[in-house]
Amino acid sequence: MSLFEAHDLSVSFGGIKAVRDVSFTIEPGEVFSIIGPNGAGKTTIFNLVSRFYETDSGSMAFDGVDITGVPPHRIAEMGIARTFQNTELFEHETVLTNLLIAHHVHRRTSLVTDLLFLPGARRQELDFRRRVEDVIDLLDLQSYREQPIGGLPYGARKMVEIARALCLEPKLLLLDEPSSGLNPEETEDLSFWIEDIVEDLGITVAMVEHDMNLVATVSDRVMAMADGAELATGNPTEIQNHPDVLRAYLGD
Amino acid sequence: MEILQLLIIGVSQGCVYGLIALGFVLIYKATEMVNFAQGDMMMLGAFIAFSLIEAFDWLFAFVPVLSALPGASFAFAFLGTLLVMAAFGVLLERGVLRPMIGEPPFAVLMLTIGLGFVLRAVAGAIWGNQPRALDSPFAGGTFDIGGLIIGYENVAIVAGTALLCGALYLFFRFTRIGIAMQAASQNQLAAFYVGIPVKRVFALVWAISAAIAAAAGILVAPVNLIDPLMGFIGIKAFAAAIVGGFGSLPGAIVGGLLIGIAEPFVALHLPPGLSEVSAFVILLAMLVVRPQGIFPSLQQKKV
Amino acid sequence: MRFVLKTNYAQDVNLFLHNGQRFWYGLLALAVLLAPLGLDRFYLGEFAYLYIWAIAGVGLMLLVGYTGLVSLGHAAFLAIGAYAHAWLLTQGVPFVLSVPLATAFCAVIGYLVGLPALRMTGIYLAIATLAFERIAAWVIEHWESVTGGHFGMRVPDPMVFGMSLDGPVPFYYLCLGILSLSLFAALNLLRSPTGRAFIAVRDSEVSAESMGINLARTKCTAFAISAAFTGLAGTLFSHRIGYLAPDAFTVQTSIQLLLMVVVGGLGSLQGVVYGAIFLGLLPQAIAIGRDVLPQWIGEIPGLEPGIFGAILVLFLIFEPLGIHGRWIKVRLWFDQFPLYRRATYKRQRSYLRTERVR
Repeated sequence: MSLFEAHDLSVSFGGIKAVRDVSFTIEPGEVFSIIGPNGAGKTTIFNLVSRFYETDSGSMAFDGVDITGVPPHRIAEMGIARTFQNTELFEHETVLTNLLIAHHVHRRTSLVTDLLFLPGARRQELDFRRRVEDVIDLLDLQSYREQPIGGLPYGARKMVEIARALCLEPKLLLLDEPSSGLNPEETEDLSFWIEDIVEDLGITVAMVEHDMNLVATVSDRVMAMADGAELATGNPTEIQNHPDVLRAYLGD
Repeated sequence: MEILQLLIIGVSQGCVYGLIALGFVLIYKATEMVNFAQGDMMMLGAFIAFSLIEAFDWLFAFVPVLSALPGASFAFAFLGTLLVMAAFGVLLERGVLRPMIGEPPFAVLMLTIGLGFVLRAVAGAIWGNQPRALDSPFAGGTFDIGGLIIGYENVAIVAGTALLCGALYLFFRFTRIGIAMQAASQNQLAAFYVGIPVKRVFALVWAISAAIAAAAGILVAPVNLIDPLMGFIGIKAFAAAIVGGFGSLPGAIVGGLLIGIAEPFVALHLPPGLSEVSAFVILLAMLVVRPQGIFPSLQQKKV
Repeated sequence: MRFVLKTNYAQDVNLFLHNGQRFWYGLLALAVLLAPLGLDRFYLGEFAYLYIWAIAGVGLMLLVGYTGLVSLGHAAFLAIGAYAHAWLLTQGVPFVLSVPLATAFCAVIGYLVGLPALRMTGIYLAIATLAFERIAAWVIEHWESVTGGHFGMRVPDPMVFGMSLDGPVPFYYLCLGILSLSLFAALNLLRSPTGRAFIAVRDSEVSAESMGINLARTKCTAFAISAAFTGLAGTLFSHRIGYLAPDAFTVQTSIQLLLMVVVGGLGSLQGVVYGAIFLGLLPQAIAIGRDVLPQWIGEIPGLEPGIFGAILVLFLIFEPLGIHGRWIKVRLWFDQFPLYRRATYKRQRSYLRTERVR
């Protein structure tokens, strides 16, 4: 069974069809990339999956459960985490707090236990703190731990955002242009980390990406889009040589 | 007949709310700042007009031609007040609000609330706390149309509002700087890049808003007396702006009219004192039912 | 400069980071506990008043400083807490029950106010809470059977197990005790998931949602908790003024509360206390100023709110982080002397941080 299935997704904004009848599946344990020129509707698909946008038609199922009508915060609880194109971090807080916030989905305490900080709440905090440290270790963020986000360089913010998504301990991780704004070295590191995330943590990754090198290195399957519609889906080499894809990128 | 009579009172009061709301909306549209002191600027305008009328009365006593003309000092004072308040608006923008560009909206809101308190204290220091009557040619007289009593001041308010709105419309539609202001309000950065002096535009917006507030103050002065606390009706005007759809100029006037018309009817038919809060009840109802207002103009943030 | 060596995760969870903090806060606790020995009735009363403001401020800070929701109507919660408490006392409910009941009542009202607030942000919310405050004031003025309307109502003495707490010393300890509990509860909240959810909502709503935070519930909870703290302060406030009348709670009260958290420093509980001290000292300073300065200055109507306003304006322009922010900068300057960089806290200004998209 596929981890994620989308059937004939469509959405339009004020008469413009941003996504039309797009269907795809994401298999467990793979890296699935969506490519396409600007305005092809890639990020819109992510926003549909994380339920920020309402679908006009079509359906989505995650882990066999229909999520077409699920509220956005439930998506995270079900095991889909995401990052944003232009990083959406909690600016005034430290890296540590940002990562701790992601553990919200794992909370077992109630308002009352929190107010009194009963032993259960303390145990939970210690547990979260330890699990956060695992992610910090994985992505080498030790030196940024106590720093407020506001002062971090862009590359570090990108990594913190991935770390924050990992703290949700998701089954599916959506990365929206993870390499934008990174230098070539950082992009190369990123490809290793994505492999680590898939292989060591067993998390399935879907990403929207422009850097074809990165896509070719890490992806198992690639879906190419243009003007809101799917052009082709297949392995990276197939897609790179697909005539429709070449036409979409280079023109006739 | 009674309904018509109430309607007239409501419309003229609504125009005052609308004018103050217009000031709010203008500033918000152009600079994304919320000027909570708009009502107090109205108060200041009324007081300045009061003093200018006294000054012109004294001055014109030496000029027989002008002193023979009824309302001459009022007319001069009206124009003079608009100019003084426009200058005040520019100064305010330069001195107090420009450092706040780029700060969160909440900080600006708090700042203008503080500003309102300061203006009230300043007005209290200069003009004292007693209510004063403005010597307006519109005060007192009434038309009697088949038993329907219409005060001059009500006609003046409605006509003044209509004139101001018309002038503003022409200004934004046809003048170069008006169009530049529209551009700046849609996308400041882009406006900046195409060479629109955005900062000067901001100053101008504050000048216009302050002048509108002053006009509202002078028009309403024959109806209410002038005192340092008269600016509190700014809160109701604020409600009007939101009911109309914050960020929409016609919405400000329509919202003002809606609230202004509701008040006399509520006062007559519902429990006493309720008319004082009817603006807020309308506002809350609006926010629950249709939070974007009558004329929506804002959209959601994009991810 | 102090370097803290962390050897276990509990250090990140505990309230005090190191022994230095324990020492200074311990000293402060000792000082406020022993204060009644050295202060006369008047100053004890003023301190108790300051504690009451601080309790209300904790509530407002959680909402404004941590959840990023602005309320211009918190005087309403202060009033509702005070009236509910006074009414319960006149109905014969004992003090120890009446305080929590009035607090809980405020929490419920706060939750209900939060519901329509869900769909609003920023300025809309501010004006909606203002509208709520005006309507609440109207209800209080006109619901004569409960509130006494314009004439107001006398507040029965606070009695705990047959012992009156009305004297300055017992009332001082009562306020101090409740303030300490409030601060403790707020600190607990902020080091646990509930408080972090508030912060997440403040900094980025989209992100918060994608972290599994239920925006609606979090905002309503924040309103409820904030209203509860402010209502709790209201119960004490009713005893402080002894006689409740509608004009004790106005828009200006709401704005003073906001002034307190802004001047103290948004986003810090210490800021609440600084703000309360500031709010408590300012009228005294103005009173002294009235004696010293020429008479006509003292007779200006609206002088006190005018000075409040001016101070608010100056703080927002020159020190938006408030007294707490200034304190942190001063401390860092000494820590790093002579290497302090002026640019450390330089504000990063965006040309325009817009919330709207066209």
